[in-house]
Amino acid sequence: MGETITVTVNGTAHTAEVEPRTLLVHFLREQLNLTGTHIGCDTSTCGCCTVHVDGDAVLSCSTLAIQCDGREVRTVEGLQSEDGTLHPIQQAFHENHGLQCGYCTPGMMMAAVGIIEQQPNATDDEIRAALEGNLCRCTGYQNIVASIRAAADQMARS
Amino acid sequence: MIPSTLEYTKASSIDEAVAAVAAGAVPLSGGQSLMPMMRLRLAAPHAIVDLSGIPELVGICEDEDEIAVGAMTIHREIAASELIRAHAGLVADAAGGIGSPQVRNRGTIGGSLGHADPHSDMPATLIAAGASVIAKGPNGERRILAEDLITTYLTTTLEPGEIITQVRIPKSDDHSAYAKFHRRAIDWTVVGVGVCIGDNGVRAAATGVADKPVRLSAFEAVLNGGGSLDDAIAKVAEGIEPHAGLDGSVEYKKHLLGVLARKAHGEASSR
Repeated sequence: MGETITVTVNGTAHTAEVEPRTLLVHFLREQLNLTGTHIGCDTSTCGCCTVHVDGDAVLSCSTLAIQCDGREVRTVEGLQSEDGTLHPIQQAFHENHGLQCGYCTPGMMMAAVGIIEQQPNATDDEIRAALEGNLCRCTGYQNIVASIRAAADQMARS
Repeated sequence: MIPSTLEYTKASSIDEAVAAVAAGAVPLSGGQSLMPMMRLRLAAPHAIVDLSGIPELVGICEDEDEIAVGAMTIHREIAASELIRAHAGLVADAAGGIGSPQVRNRGTIGGSLGHADPHSDMPATLIAAGASVIAKGPNGERRILAEDLITTYLTTTLEPGEIITQVRIPKSDDHSAYAKFHRRAIDWTVVGVGVCIGDNGVRAAATGVADKPVRLSAFEAVLNGGGSLDDAIAKVAEGIEPHAGLDGSVEYKKHLLGVLARKAHGEASSR
């Protein structure tokens, strides 16, 4: 039943055998051991599993791994530099207390990077609107928005 | 949950996709409705054919009378299209409000129509805009009025083996808008209303008030007969019997219909 696919994840090409029904999130977590991408709701509601496929923020629970054959996937593990320097969004979440329990954080950060890339000058209201697909059960939204604001400003300066 | 075992093929041409669908495969466009249904095992297709490898299904172009939108064009592109904004603003409104950015990065106009959820935003706006759908199947290509496409819950007039290849939206100078109510941003629309106001009169359609998107005929008739907006709102639910559900009672949905028809009409008039 297995099909062979090659997916570039965080810059590294991985060739693996998957069942066609394997979801991208299960492929990342269980076959590549990249457990930073979380599974929250299983109904495309919470945004925890957000990753980038060819540069677009998408839900890895609503995408089959086999659909990503030949594509580039970026997960939360791919944010920091090889020398360990945090990505501006990670640094901003750290400095602004952008997380409480941390469960939604990988999805929040991947959605945030998508927002900053699409709308580098987004206002706070636009950031809030663009986070509509990411739920934080700790309701820490104030600091999440502050973190994204800080990261966007930092990225605009550098 | 994990979807049931399935066979996967990726079509590289429309003909290849049609052949696969004719043989029983379910077409997979953006997957934003089908994949969650497969995860919950509400759908368990034994085979799916991925339409994402067919270049001619993606993109927005125009001829003299119509805007042609490839069936695999994602909601984000439709929301951002100046051409659609200029000629059918309500369709851009709807596309920009579907799900979340993540959903709009994958979900497609053709998928939304083919899935035929009675709470979808896109079909109602396309009906109000007088759009048509191009479908291709084993017996060739045909044009279906958007209004004639959806018959009831998750059911269309597509023949076995047919797939939607294009949506054609008439170019018009109508002023139009879409207004909807939903609980949280990511939730399905409870009720939504699209209104187009032009030289040929008013056209309006709603989602969430029946087993399929419906024209608001009584509302249109009052306005097109020279009646007031208040009179039209008073009759907006005539002939429409919404289903009560967890998202609201019959009375509540009829009330929303009036509120949203007024809002959409007001926004359209001010554009």
